[in-house]
Amino acid sequence: MRIICPICGDRDRREFYVKGAALARPEASATLEDWHDHVNLRDNPAGEIKELWYHEMGCSAWIEVCRSTVSHEIVSTRLASTADLGGKR
Amino acid sequence: MRFSGWRVLKEGLTGNKGWAPHWRDPEPQPEYDVVIIGGGGHGLATAYNLAKEHGITNVAVLEKGYLGGGNVGRNTTIVRANYYLPGNSEFYSHSLKQWEGLEEELNYNVMMSQRGQIMVYHNDGQRDAMVRRGNAIINQGDDAELLNREALRKLVPILNYDNARFPIMGGLLQRRAGTARHDAVAWGFARGADQRGVDLIQNCEVTGIDVENGKVRGVQTSRGVIRAKKVALAAAGRSGQVAAMAGLRLPIESHVLQAFVSEGIKPVLNHVVSFAEGHLYVSQSDKGGLVFGSYLDFYSSYAARGNLPMVEHTMETCVSMVPALAKAKVLRSWGGIMDMTPDGSPIIDHSGIEGLYLNCGWCYGGFKAIPGSGNAYAHLIATDRPHGAATKFKLDRFRSGQGLMDEEGTGAQHNLH
Repeated sequence: MRIICPICGDRDRREFYVKGAALARPEASATLEDWHDHVNLRDNPAGEIKELWYHEMGCSAWIEVCRSTVSHEIVSTRLASTADLGGKR
Repeated sequence: MRFSGWRVLKEGLTGNKGWAPHWRDPEPQPEYDVVIIGGGGHGLATAYNLAKEHGITNVAVLEKGYLGGGNVGRNTTIVRANYYLPGNSEFYSHSLKQWEGLEEELNYNVMMSQRGQIMVYHNDGQRDAMVRRGNAIINQGDDAELLNREALRKLVPILNYDNARFPIMGGLLQRRAGTARHDAVAWGFARGADQRGVDLIQNCEVTGIDVENGKVRGVQTSRGVIRAKKVALAAAGRSGQVAAMAGLRLPIESHVLQAFVSEGIKPVLNHVVSFAEGHLYVSQSDKGGLVFGSYLDFYSSYAARGNLPMVEHTMETCVSMVPALAKAKVLRSWGGIMDMTPDGSPIIDHSGIEGLYLNCGWCYGGFKAIPGSGNAYAHLIATDRPHGAATKFKLDRFRSGQGLMDEEGTGAQHNLH
């Protein structure tokens, strides 16, 4: 599997740490249910999923990767900073 | 049909013409008391226990492929009861006891081989952790023995005791642990359930779960509508998607875990050995192949195959710890799809919808859990109360944070197990 880093280009999977599903963070004052949903519950799709990958052995960028969980195909990637996941702290 | 040595002899002398299929191939009925979704180890063991222990025989097991075609055929066949935390400890203890009587119980050769499992330690900290774990196992009533380097070397001479970075200092042995024949477990339970009247329906994919007013009514399938008073999920790997048919979201991510088998070689390894270094577990099958694996690939996957980095890691670890295996050729590899929960421990519980039950989140512990899980899940379905050995496998622990069973101590979060 090769991940397309928006900064460095096409790179080997070994260069990356994978965090898991890319989710918008609830506000700190959000309800227990919202936090439970965010921390624990997952759509877990068989198909395209958006995930956070970290280019640990490269440029240190956090990347939102759209990837197929069925074929492992990388559909698209962009910098996580442009993915509106930052939350409303 | 009962299997016996006498029967094998008789059939052998009469051209093996008397064997019958191990189970029927029934058409689905319009209604059942209990429908189990998933004809793998857990689903089949549950059906068997419903019929045997609770007298509930109007049961169907719906399997979208063939019986035992999922994770029960995609594992490293290890059976053990060496967990540390309350909850897991009593459950796997219960399950191992079930394994020990399984062949007589099922009249089926599941090739249960209590060859012993050894967790190797490489430093003082790991030794301390093993002592603690061993005491917990003994407190639970199971067996554990701490071996020093010399004792371990006598038992398992093939290991590399002098690796510069990860020297082997000893290990924790559980003699009652071992391996079993993966397919035979599924087949044995299938046959036992079928003999007691359970309908095993293959090539029958569940496409919807009917819920009315918070109560389950039945399922939609590729072979028509089937009504049911109770519906029980046992679809590990796909649990999230099956649960989604009832409008549920689960605390589960599906991940791929690879495993490997080498060409057959002469007996070199009598035990199941697992290493703390880089994480590796290896045993030798009765055919002579080395069966081994290590970590998840660590990204969500339904592909049932993994990527090269984890293949390399596993091979490197194997060759570092058991250098003599370096020349053995790898014959096959496979990937199983693991239901990963945030704390790495399973769920056997009510779903919150009346009559709908959950058995999921087995992470990488599903195979050894099969007999215990079937026993505990059937008890929950039949009585609506948790089995005594599975009281802590609650769905709600993730919401409340109480009763989390983070065996590895890494934190109860997705991607940490």
